[in-house]
Amino acid sequence: MRLGYLTREGFRSITTHSFMSFATVTIIVACLIIMGSVSLLSLNINKLIKELEAQNEIVVFVDEAIGDEAAARDLQRNIEAVDNVASAEFVSRTQAMENFMGKYDASLMEGIDEDVFRHRFIIHLNDIAYMSQTKMELEAIRGVAKVNAHLDYAQNFVMIRNVVSIVSLVLIVMLVFVSFFIMSNTIKLATFGRREEIAIMKMVGATNAFIRLPFVVEGLILGMMGGSIAFLAEWGIYNLVSGRLVGSITGTLLNVIPFRQYALPVFIIYMGVGILVGAFGGVNAIRNYLKV
Amino acid sequence: MVYMQNVRKVYESSNTVALDNVSLTIEDGEFVFLVGPSGSGKTTLMKLITGEVRPTSGKVVVNDFDMGTIKRRKLPKMRRTLGVVFQDYRLIENMNVYDNVAFAMRVVGAPNSEIKTRVPYILELVGLEGREKRMPGELSGGEQQRVGIARALVNSPRMIVADEPTGNLDPARSLELMLLLEKINEMGTTVVVVTHEKELVNAFSKRVITIDCGEKTGDSVEGGYYDL
Ligand SMILES: Nc1ncnc2c1ncn2[C@@H]1O[C@H](COP(=O)(O)OP(=O)(O)OP(=O)(O)O)[C@@H](O)[C@H]1O
Ligand SMILES: [Mg+2]
Repeated sequence: MRLGYLTREGFRSITTHSFMSFATVTIIVACLIIMGSVSLLSLNINKLIKELEAQNEIVVFVDEAIGDEAAARDLQRNIEAVDNVASAEFVSRTQAMENFMGKYDASLMEGIDEDVFRHRFIIHLNDIAYMSQTKMELEAIRGVAKVNAHLDYAQNFVMIRNVVSIVSLVLIVMLVFVSFFIMSNTIKLATFGRREEIAIMKMVGATNAFIRLPFVVEGLILGMMGGSIAFLAEWGIYNLVSGRLVGSITGTLLNVIPFRQYALPVFIIYMGVGILVGAFGGVNAIRNYLKV
Repeated sequence: MVYMQNVRKVYESSNTVALDNVSLTIEDGEFVFLVGPSGSGKTTLMKLITGEVRPTSGKVVVNDFDMGTIKRRKLPKMRRTLGVVFQDYRLIENMNVYDNVAFAMRVVGAPNSEIKTRVPYILELVGLEGREKRMPGELSGGEQQRVGIARALVNSPRMIVADEPTGNLDPARSLELMLLLEKINEMGTTVVVVTHEKELVNAFSKRVITIDCGEKTGDSVEGGYYDL
């Protein structure tokens, strides 16, 4: 079987059935863009939440009775022994005051004794979902005077994170099914007009493999076209939307992942899905006509 | 070559006995008319030959292939020994005359060089020289059927089977077409033609097999006359 025949046949049928080809490519593009956008959006939200979570630190104040810095540092081991603690950074009362003065007007601080500040540990957690439990464990450590934690924040973040992952997972799974369904029906519709052609091929003595191949090639070509168009469109849409977002909410925490970072995986996934759907759609669509 | 012995075909879906106890032999090189009233089983007999349906019982052998037991994947090989002509021509509307015929060679994997010499030769044989670039819609019914015959003939089959090939043509066109099939037969190809047209059958002095209600009721070996 010659490659020339196959590619010629593939392109011939794409151009002679240009409307159906157009419809197939359009649907592949639409489905890919919706799926890709949902995924990219949820990646961004996840990243944003991670960043916000990272800022959500717990401050453990050391009892004033332990005035000596070395003695205070000794608490580090006990704190790190708590399960959920990812890192504990010691900040001495001197440092704390300096930090404070760096942030605010130094003149306010004049005359304030550094003794007002306590030694402290800045703690980051592995999972903020267990923040309240960890807080209790920290409070139970001897030498710890007080633990400051934003429990309500933590709960909100955990909830948002769960909602986002569940919603995007459900959406993506649904979209995959819906788009496979629509695409295979579109290709089926596209091949409906070719029943005659296939029947003639069978009568002339063409093998099933031979009959199938141009349809597979056609599906592949349409799938690759759909994949690359969707990729370029996604790129454009992503940059447009993220540009608008960053432009309108300047100075916030919002920090959109640059498209470049995901360009390769997006391209590979789009092409892969396009090719798979195209090829299987082509085979699936003519299966019934081959039975004669 | 067709060999049938005690062939019975029942369509389960309509619970119809389309053929019953049919036995016949068609040798290589023969020209045979298959006649009979509507619904008598002519098309069913042709479909047994092309492998579109399988016999319920009895034996069907076509060009050395046992059609009762032939494997699905062997069908293409078997069909390459046949040329099939349809009443409604069944041309591909968006291919011109040349491509409609060349298509049949391409799908069986014939080399390009062979296609380039064979297709013009066949088109000339059926009287379509100069029509290569026309689309099927730009041809008369008679011309379209000539394309159908050219397509059936282009892969040099041992036998041509035609189910009412003149069914959509006027008497003059029908006669021309039958003469063409006769010419093809004289060049060595077995020809089996189903027809309703009594005058046409009687204009030729050929073997006529008659079926009625699924049974073979007549087989005049030469100079057959169709009178129902
Ligand atoms: N696919 C099918 N399923 C069920 N019954 C069928 C099928 N094809 C044909 N039949 C029945 O089998 C019988 C023979 O049909 P067949 O088509 O062989 O007749 P025919 O001689 O070709 O008729 P005509 O001259 O009208 O073309 C008819 O009663 C028909 O209704
Ligand atoms: Mg019939």
